[in-house]
Parts: sequence; C-alpha cells; structure tokens
Amino acid sequence: MTQSNTLLPPLTERSGALRWLRKNLFGTWSDSLLTVAALLLIYWAVKSLLVWIFTIAEWEVIVANLRLFLIGQFPLEQAGRLWVGLGFLLFLTGNSLAIWDTRSYIPAILVLAFPLFLAFLPFENDTRRWLIFLSVTGAIGWGLGFSNPRALKKTVVVGWIISLPILVLLTRGLTEPDAGGALAIVGTNLWGGLLLTFLLTVVANIFSFPLGLLLALGRRSELPMIRWFSIAYIELVRGVPLITILFMAQLMLPLFLPSNITVDRVLRAMVGMTLFSAAYLAENVRGGLQAIPKGQFEAAYALGLGGAQTMIFIILPQALRLIIPILVGQFISVFKDTALVAIVGLFDLLGIARTVLSQPEFLGLHREVYVFVSLLYWVLSYAMSYISQRLETSLGIGVR
Amino acid sequence: MIELNQSIITVNDVHKWYGNFHALKGINMEVAKGEVIVIFGPSGSGKSTFIRTINRLEEHQRGEILVDGIQLTHDVRNIEAVRIETGMVFQQFNLFPHLTIMQNITLAPIQVRKWTRNQAEEIAMQLLARVGIPEQAHKFPGQLSGGQQQRVAIARALAMQPKIMLFDEPTSALDPEMIKEVLDVMVELAKSGMTMIVVTHEMGFARAVANRMFFFDQGQIVESGTPEEIFKAPKEERTKLFLSQILSH
Repeated sequence: MTQSNTLLPPLTERSGALRWLRKNLFGTWSDSLLTVAALLLIYWAVKSLLVWIFTIAEWEVIVANLRLFLIGQFPLEQAGRLWVGLGFLLFLTGNSLAIWDTRSYIPAILVLAFPLFLAFLPFENDTRRWLIFLSVTGAIGWGLGFSNPRALKKTVVVGWIISLPILVLLTRGLTEPDAGGALAIVGTNLWGGLLLTFLLTVVANIFSFPLGLLLALGRRSELPMIRWFSIAYIELVRGVPLITILFMAQLMLPLFLPSNITVDRVLRAMVGMTLFSAAYLAENVRGGLQAIPKGQFEAAYALGLGGAQTMIFIILPQALRLIIPILVGQFISVFKDTALVAIVGLFDLLGIARTVLSQPEFLGLHREVYVFVSLLYWVLSYAMSYISQRLETSLGIGVR
Repeated sequence: MIELNQSIITVNDVHKWYGNFHALKGINMEVAKGEVIVIFGPSGSGKSTFIRTINRLEEHQRGEILVDGIQLTHDVRNIEAVRIETGMVFQQFNLFPHLTIMQNITLAPIQVRKWTRNQAEEIAMQLLARVGIPEQAHKFPGQLSGGQQQRVAIARALAMQPKIMLFDEPTSALDPEMIKEVLDVMVELAKSGMTMIVVTHEMGFARAVANRMFFFDQGQIVESGTPEEIFKAPKEERTKLFLSQILSH
C-alpha cells in the first residue's frame, strides 16, 4: 500500500472563490435567477443611498452644528474641561487594554489612533490639538500598562471607580459661575448633546446596577417584607413605560416635595432612568442566580461560609458572568432609552437634533440630522457590544 | 485506638418529613471520636438525607443531633459552628468552577478561619500533595478529571481542619477507573484517625476500614454491626437481600 501521509480533504470540501460561488449562489438555474434578482435589488437600493449621501444631502447642517450635537450649549471657553475628562477616560482605556487585552494589539491601536485620525479632518486647530492630546494620553496610559501590568492593576480599577465623580466634577465645575476661573460652575440647563446622553447613560447604568442586585437578592429573600417590597417594586416599574416614569419625575415629583426644594431636572431624569433600569436588571440578575446549581450553595454552606459570604464569593461571580451578554444588552438599551428625555424637554442628542431642525436656515433637513444621530447611536452601541464580547473571551466564558 | 466512651456525634430519635413523606423515622446513632461509619442501603432509604442532617443541609423536625457538644437548632451560630468542624464531600464534587483549585481550597480557611493567604496556601499545597495532585493547583476544576476533582473536594474539606468528615456517595459519579484513586485517599484518611461517616456502596472500602456499618431502608436503621457481623452473618432478611444484590456482580 502506498499512501501519502497527508490526506487532503475531498475536492468538494476545498475552498476557492469560484467554487464557493458555484456552490452557494449558482447551484441551480433557479438559484442563479434569485442571485441576479437580489444583486439588482441591492444595486438599486445602494445606488439611491449613495446618490443621496454624496449629491443630494446637505451635510452643512451637521458641520455647522457639530458642537451642539456633541456638548449642547456648554460654554465653549469651558470646553477644555471636557477634553481633559475625555483624556482621562482614554488614559484609563489604554491602560486597561494593555493590562487585560493582551492577545491582540488591534483594539488598542484602533481606540488610540481614532482621535489622531479625526485630527486630519478639517477641524479648527484648537480642536485638532485636543484630539492629538487624547491620542497622546491614551498612548501614555497604554505604555504605562504595558511596561508594568501587574503593579498597575489595582490603580486602574481605582481610576475607573473615581472616573465618574471626576467627570461630573469637570462637567459641572466647582466655583461660582460669576467668579469665572477654570472650574466655574456650568448649570445642567447648559448640558446637552452627546455629553448629556453619555452622562445619563453612565449614571443610570452605574447606579441601577447595585440597586438591581439588591432587588434581585431581595426577591429571593426569606424575609417576607423584603421579598414583597422587591416584587412590588419590580413588577410596578416593569409594568409602566419609561416615558411615564420620566414624566412623573419631571412633573409629579415637585408636587410631593416642599415648594422650597427643587431638584435639578437633569438629576430627576437620571433618577428616573436609574429606578427604571434597576427593575429590569433585577430580573436579569435573578435569572443568573437561578442558573446556579443548588450544590454550589450546599458546598459553600458545608464549608462554614455564611449566607452573605456564599453570595459574594461563590454565587454572584458565577451568576454575573453568566449574564454578561444580557447585562450589556440592558446597558445598551439604557443608552438608547435616554433619547426619551428629549420628550420631557432635555437637550440630549435627540433633543439637540430637534432644536437644530428648528433653526430657520436648516428647516426641512430631517433626513441628514436623523441619519447622523442614528449613526452616532449605532457606533457607540456597537462599541459597547464589541467590548463586551472581548470581555467575555478574556474572562473565558464558555471555555470552562 | 478508639476510645468508645468519647462520643463526638449523638443522634437521638431524629425524624424528617418532606411534606407527608416520612423520610427519616427515628434514627439513633452514637459515633465515637476516630470511628469510621459506613452507611449503605437502597436508594430512597434516607441515607443521604440522614448524613445531610448532621451538618444541617437538611433540617430535622423531631429529635436531637449533637455534634462535638453543639446542639443543632435554628440558631445560626450553632449551625455555622457545626459546619466549621464538619467537612463534607458530595457525590457531584460541587467544586466552585470560577475559582482555581488553590482558591477552591483556600477560600473558606481565609474567609471563615481568618487565616492569612500565605498560611492557607501552604496548607493547601500540603493537602494537594497528600491527595496526590500538587501540580494541578493553578488549574480550574473543569480542566481536571472526575477523580481529580473529587480529590480536590476532599482536600478542600480537610483544609478547614474539621473534626468530622461526611462523605455522601463520593464515588457514585465517577468512572470505574477513577474510583480507586478516591478510595485510596479515603482509606489513608481513615487510617490517620479521622472521624468519618461515609454513605457508599463500596463494600471493599467498608471491609477495609469501617468500624461499624449501618443498613438503612425506608427511613430506618434496619441493622448495624461491625463489617464482620454484617458480611458474615446478617440477621435481617432485607440486609441479606440487599447485600446479595450488590455483591453478586
């Protein structure tokens, strides 16, 4: 018997563009017909879209209002604070990528080079300097993380934890508005655009997480009071649309508070979003908790661990890992739901879009504005989804 | 050598119901320090339920259980005190899949016994060497074979330095070729003087190290005695029948 040691797969299994085409698109004459029809349809749709994008659409409305879309009425002379905040975030991102996402440099390069890429676009020179600043801080963060990954782990975690207060401080300011200075207070009525959308999303997600966790645990509690409160809260909130909660926060809340206490409108929206999201998170977490076998509880109890220790060290780490995809879905959904605050009169990304459209010189440019806004939402949602997938792989979910 | 007057577990007229089903019907047992007890019987006879009442994974509804002088009541402090002194090994291993072998073993000593990490890890390495798998310390449970996982489970229980070890069918979920490696560890443990209560059908193990055997059926102790008495001259018909069934193949 003369047999070669390396056996090739059968001819039909080998790859090749032509072979693939013949197998999948032109297998039979009816397949071929469908393929041609589909190609024509795609050509027709894409052509109209491209024609619209490059010849009909008037993109000046976006260019002229870019600042409004990004930061709303936030005073331009204070915008440097926002750049610094963004730089801090990029520093942490670069650092984290170097420490945890060690298998590939591509995400790091993409993230850190993106501002640099933007700097080549025809922005004002001031903006370009800030964009370069972002790339540089990101690169410094990455370099530090790369050179000393072990020592920096805890520092980075602390950095992420304090990043929210720092961002809020930078956005809001510290000193009296009239006094001027580098940290003069900028009222929340001036916050807008992507900045407001971003802050609403981050605050709602960060605060709804512990709240949802407690509600999920409360729903499984053996104490009837806690259990019934949790169930009532979850079912009540999940039973009403978010927009009604936002209306209640804006219109009803002042009725219940003494007249001399006024709660900031942005804060009210944040509270509304947080309370709403917490109810959904609670149910997601409960799903994760139910997936943990009883034997895990028993093994922990048998070792002498108490109820709280069992939850913290054994059950929650497993349950949360299981529901990362669901959690990210919830986070993204909160991000998109913030668009509803436009209806109660805040100027988030969508709210700003509506004011831009009411400017006399840009009347009737709905398509351009909404395409741009949708694109922004999509890019950021997809980024979150992508990060979660990388997180899942690096945590080894589904491997063990 | 066993001092029979030094009793470490006292079980007195213990009853347990699941709804209307009477799972344990008045169990009495006295276990001396250093004794090795084997419990066997058909499935559904209450043997697993009984061993789980000893560390309160199951609650008994009548009678009393004293472990190392501590009475098991609804008092959470008593329950945790008993659990600290009592290690348990399960049929399904129940290792924590998100923690390494080392973390599985050191978690409870660090959190419950309040040892330092170094101290806990040192003892964990000694135990892993004792159960024969020191090289697996930094793997995850999912990367180990069933027999290795069960040996880790034994090491994890021993790390708390318990006075009593409970084994609930420790070899029933294992492939045949892995049963021996687990039994070897258990035999070594029995010979070292550990007080053990073992629910198992491994009669070779019982013959080798058990001091006394208890045959459970329908929630009651049908017969008890030394392995010699049980194997050579069982008194009850049900014991004879059951032994003939499990020893025939």
